[in-house]
Amino acid sequence: MSAIIQVKNVSKSYWRNSLEIPVLHDLTLDVTEGEFLVLMGPSGSGKTTLLNLIAGIDRPSKGELNVAGTDIAKLNESGLAKWRSASVGFVFQFYNLIPVLTAFENVELPLLLTKLSKSERKKHVENVLNIVGLGDRIYHYPKQLSGGQEQRVAIARAIVTDPVILVADEPTGDLDKTSAQEILTLMERLNKEFKKTIVMVTHDPHAAEKATRLLHLEKGDLV
Amino acid sequence: MKILKLIFKNALRHKLRTTLTIVGISIAVIAYGLLRTVVTIWDSSVDAAGADRLITRQAVSFIFPLPVAYKSKIESIPGVKSVCGAVWFGGTYKDKSNFFARMAIDDNYFELYPEFMISQNEFDKYKKERNGCIVGKSIAEQYKFKIGDIIVLDGDIFPGRWEFTVSGIYKPRNKNTDATQMLFHYEYLNERIKQETAVRGDQVFWYIVKVDDPKNSAQISEQIDAMFKNSTAETKSETEKAFTQSFVAASGAIITAMNFMSYAIIGIIMLVLANTMIMAARERTREYAVFKTLGFSAYHLTSLILGESMLISCIGGGIGIGLLYPIVSGFEHVMPKGFFPFFFIEPVTVILAASSALLIGVLAAIFPIQRALHTKIVDGFRFVG
Repeated sequence: MSAIIQVKNVSKSYWRNSLEIPVLHDLTLDVTEGEFLVLMGPSGSGKTTLLNLIAGIDRPSKGELNVAGTDIAKLNESGLAKWRSASVGFVFQFYNLIPVLTAFENVELPLLLTKLSKSERKKHVENVLNIVGLGDRIYHYPKQLSGGQEQRVAIARAIVTDPVILVADEPTGDLDKTSAQEILTLMERLNKEFKKTIVMVTHDPHAAEKATRLLHLEKGDLV
Repeated sequence: MKILKLIFKNALRHKLRTTLTIVGISIAVIAYGLLRTVVTIWDSSVDAAGADRLITRQAVSFIFPLPVAYKSKIESIPGVKSVCGAVWFGGTYKDKSNFFARMAIDDNYFELYPEFMISQNEFDKYKKERNGCIVGKSIAEQYKFKIGDIIVLDGDIFPGRWEFTVSGIYKPRNKNTDATQMLFHYEYLNERIKQETAVRGDQVFWYIVKVDDPKNSAQISEQIDAMFKNSTAETKSETEKAFTQSFVAASGAIITAMNFMSYAIIGIIMLVLANTMIMAARERTREYAVFKTLGFSAYHLTSLILGESMLISCIGGGIGIGLLYPIVSGFEHVMPKGFFPFFFIEPVTVILAASSALLIGVLAAIFPIQRALHTKIVDGFRFVG
């Protein structure tokens, strides 16, 4: 299997006033297509930063980042936005659904950037909502759903454009045990059945059990 | 679902806040429209002045009279087509608050003012009736004057009880033609004044001079004034427009204040809407980060924020303009008729109000758009509102 994510000598620092705060140090990592990689580590170890870099929502201070066949460090903002919409799906800890939109409309959002017709969009949205088990809740607003259901809507939104990579930042962090287990099962299914490459950050040891590979980060280094 | 639907949903997210903002914009647009209407009406009275008419008055002030003998002398000047004497009568109709212009005029007044339209029958009747008068349509409607009615005025400049019979009602030809005047025979006034105070007889307050070509106005004015130089009643002649302007100029400070206030109102609307948009954008910082993450571009975010701002400003502006008409109409009814000879919304007022609402929609969105575009995605997710 070829590496779908290549992180080569990547460093990332943040600046607070004139103070440089290094987060990742000269990190190198390859993720093979179809892998379910889990990143673990204490708070401040750089897990989310690495995830953000892979997802193209942040830029490295140094190094090369080749994701899904694109050197994303070289893309400009609009190029990066287009690349994200086509190549990566995101799942956040706090779901980040748009509260004024129904489950259907939230999932449909990424498809508005495509050339799909209304009927085609509808078909795709209904399909992914069925995959995540919310076929009967498509016209519910986020506030009418439980946390686990909201996260499933967020997952549906992440996969509706059929991206090759799915990144998840502590997707079970805000959920009760049962809901968390459902989400992990769903993620595992997406990896095994739908062949999605998944990179997931978590503190949850149960979540790590679903991984095909587990990596630990500590103070910006892989250990 | 398209961006437009999301704009509507966002605008309605905080219904109370959006409603209050729309109400605020509507009230401001109404206040702006009302002030601009007053200002433009003031200016319109100058525009309504005839280009081919001059006003000749006493050089000291128009409250000092001119001899009636001047009329034939002015008529003899080449380029003068006709001359009409006029006297400001003043007086009170029933109550001091019933204000409208009352003037004694020569019978050729209507030749000089073709914009005051009266039927031949009524005019013939007027000429036959010694104490006949012609009233404008607006005051006829307000005071329910009908032909044949008796109007009794209590004189002040010309003391006594004065009785007039309504011989005709003139209609305004244009929107900005004054239809609030009461006009009657100068001869009727003069005969009685000569009997009661002989020294005040055979005098008018001003002459309206119709010239054959407006281009000759300046030259004819000079000739008239030169003719009466060093007399006991020297004259000052000017175009009717300049004469009217001198009245308006007397109210210049009020007009300037009104102009200033109308622009201040625009500033207030902008602050109201900008405040709403800034609050909305701040609350949605995380959502904008989500949109960016999903691949929405700067163009999309700009459309979302600008669209919402424009939607609120357009609804507010639309309601304001819609209500402006009945409010101006109500205002017109409440005001004494003669205070503003005519009162209507100029199209330019509506255009200005609508343009202001649109402009404000754009301006109010600038800061929130900048903020949304310049906030990095990762900072957006960290934002705690």
